[in-house]
Amino acid sequence: MSPTAAITTPARIHWFRFAAPQQFYPLAGRLLPWFWAAAVLLGVAGLVVGLLVAPTDFQQGDSYRIIFIHVPAAWMSMLMYVAMAFWAGLGLVLNTRLSSMMASALAPTGALMTFIALWTGALWGKPTWGTWWVWDARLTSELLLLFLYLGFLALQAAAEDPRRADRAGAIVALVGVVNVPIIYFSVQWWNTLHQGSSINLTRAPSMAAPMLAGLLLMVFAFWAYAIAATLQRVRALILEREKDTEWVQALPEARAAR
Amino acid sequence: MLYWNSLSDFLSMGGYGLYVWGSFVLTAAVLGGELLALRQRRRRALDDVRRWRLLNGDAPHDPSP
Repeated sequence: MSPTAAITTPARIHWFRFAAPQQFYPLAGRLLPWFWAAAVLLGVAGLVVGLLVAPTDFQQGDSYRIIFIHVPAAWMSMLMYVAMAFWAGLGLVLNTRLSSMMASALAPTGALMTFIALWTGALWGKPTWGTWWVWDARLTSELLLLFLYLGFLALQAAAEDPRRADRAGAIVALVGVVNVPIIYFSVQWWNTLHQGSSINLTRAPSMAAPMLAGLLLMVFAFWAYAIAATLQRVRALILEREKDTEWVQALPEARAAR
Repeated sequence: MLYWNSLSDFLSMGGYGLYVWGSFVLTAAVLGGELLALRQRRRRALDDVRRWRLLNGDAPHDPSP
């Protein structure tokens, strides 16, 4: 939505108001402290439950505690890629500035989540499988996800004009999104060392209550962190791309001398 | 309530300390690094806004559609 379109159709759909960077910037600023606070509180609670309260696992010993980071990071790595592809595609089709900025803001945190998932996976694989790495479907497709994120970021960095950068990035984001279901279902479709999912909507969870509580707390903490980091980055992106506009120049934080 | 009997028990993680702490410490470092980068990026963006005003006077453009 261009700012003019948002102004001409205010009565019908109020939500589109926030599609304008000028409207979204202050909204994101108001939301940020809540998401940071949620990330810290949920993270501390999750660490206390996961590392201090939860008992050891009878099969894997205490190495299983890596799950409290590995699973939330792996979920976020896939979710953020889907969100990135969604916003990039929307930006490509509707030519909206904020959608493409959202995609760009999601990518670095998504790449970090993928890296954390791979790193903790290696550190978990060594004691449980006897190897840091195997070229099986789950691990290879997750590594491909990291390269897709890095490719998106490299393309965006290489293009001079931000609009061209958005379009080039959107192609990578949309083509690469087919990889996400491959990662998710790889443990069912192929024989793999990687264990199946521990949490399932249709079955009772196959883990003790404090373990499950710690895992869910950490999942919500990672959600809050990812949202906060993305909102913070999109605010910086808005400032970078719209510094020549009247409303950015009028912002009190841009007025005050350092 | 607490699962561990002593601090050294906790730190050794049943012999898996290297793997468990290697995961948690790296994650903390990565996320902490991202937070610093985000703060710096905002500061730099605000500096650029101010620099733009210095270079272009006090008459900003209308946003391009």
